[in-house]
Amino acid sequence: MYFEKRQLVTPGDLLAEGDYVAGENTYVEKNKVYAARIGLAECDNKKVSVVALRSFYIPKVGDTVIGTVMEVGFNGWTVDIRSPYYALLRASDVLSRPFKPQNDELSQVLDAGDLIVAKIASYDRAHDPQLTVAEPGLGKITRGQIMKVTPSKIPRIIGRKGSMISVIKQETGCQIILGHNGVILVTGKTPEDEELAMAAIEKIEKESHVSGLTDRITQMLKEEKAKREVKQQ
Amino acid sequence: MNEKIEKLIDKKGLRLDGRKPDELRPIKLEVGVLPNADGSAYIEHGKNKILAAVFGPREMHPKHLTLPDRMAIRCRYHMAPFSVQERKSPAPSRREIELSKVIREALEPAVFVEYYPRVGIDVFIEVLQADGGTRCASITAASLALADAGIPMRDLVVACAAGKADDCVVLDLNDAEDKLGVADVPVAYMPSLNAVTLLQMDGILTQDEFERAFNLALEGCKKIYAMQKEALRTKYLQVKEVEE
Repeated sequence: MYFEKRQLVTPGDLLAEGDYVAGENTYVEKNKVYAARIGLAECDNKKVSVVALRSFYIPKVGDTVIGTVMEVGFNGWTVDIRSPYYALLRASDVLSRPFKPQNDELSQVLDAGDLIVAKIASYDRAHDPQLTVAEPGLGKITRGQIMKVTPSKIPRIIGRKGSMISVIKQETGCQIILGHNGVILVTGKTPEDEELAMAAIEKIEKESHVSGLTDRITQMLKEEKAKREVKQQ
Repeated sequence: MNEKIEKLIDKKGLRLDGRKPDELRPIKLEVGVLPNADGSAYIEHGKNKILAAVFGPREMHPKHLTLPDRMAIRCRYHMAPFSVQERKSPAPSRREIELSKVIREALEPAVFVEYYPRVGIDVFIEVLQADGGTRCASITAASLALADAGIPMRDLVVACAAGKADDCVVLDLNDAEDKLGVADVPVAYMPSLNAVTLLQMDGILTQDEFERAFNLALEGCKKIYAMQKEALRTKYLQVKEVEE
């Protein structure tokens, strides 16, 4: 191994030599592991990986994503999911019955500019990703606020076994949907609740490299809430 | 102006700008200078001033340029009308079209193009001021911009030229040495993998001189590579410090 934990590495940096496995954002050449992106190097059980500081979203089957409808087509919609690939959503999937072009006007169901929560149903090298909304909780977004973060930060916002996100949900009473593509939907009872949840997420994004973050987020949320109660009285 | 120059190397063995034969021009590199681009870099290599911007990966338009098995890289090298002494027409010249291709082919081996089929990236290189060796400086800046855009790469590509002025093999030719010198050998190189991605020669060199020029260029590349890494670290350490 040629790096310290959380060291900043650039493409081409030699990370390890010999009996190591290449994880995310690394590659192997002649039994040596090199970095492929700018990021922070990490080693976990002989697996060397780089947490990218700059990346883009590549679809994965089963991911929840939040996208914008770009175009209404003949039998479905084209959706921008903040990825190099546009996603397709088929009309029959949304209508949950066979789609008849003579009866159904697609733009009345979903129009360009609408935001949707969806899951990636299929994706591979040869085909553009297909979306599905045929699950509870998926579909058109009608209220709430949207914020965008770097896709690689999403796991940090979820926290270990969902610890971080559940704290924010509990303290603010907001519903939060995290798209794996880095888009987050926050829906609360009042705009103030939503704002508070978003401030917390922003804080996580900025300070994602420091330990003990969950505790500090809890503290921050409690303080903010106390301040607000004082104002109301 | 150039007619007055009779000797490119003086009696002490120094060059027109006072450099030793194996000395680089001063280089300044900066990453992330253009907020509208996904990745960008700026290089000052001697009197060269060049901006590089990367957009993508994104859907490729026009569609017929997409490649079914890998990412398409589109590169545009362009010289600003005010980049040279005599106004240059802003329309792409034969030379610029050729350099666009040469630069693209020098960058392509470094990028993991096979990871993302059917998408495209755009690399724009804008020469604001030219003083010999712009293709090399362009490659150095463009590879930094690619890394800044978060595109997975095998290594940074770094380029540097060597050549022969009068009868001395010299490193990193400037405009006068390029035009009045005997030969010019630009080299692009991936130091970690020890792989050459561009090698051209213009002029006449003996086999021995070529080898000396080539090795000199590689040494120059390694020096610039250290500066490239430093430039990337400077930008991302700032990001990291803000986070901490």
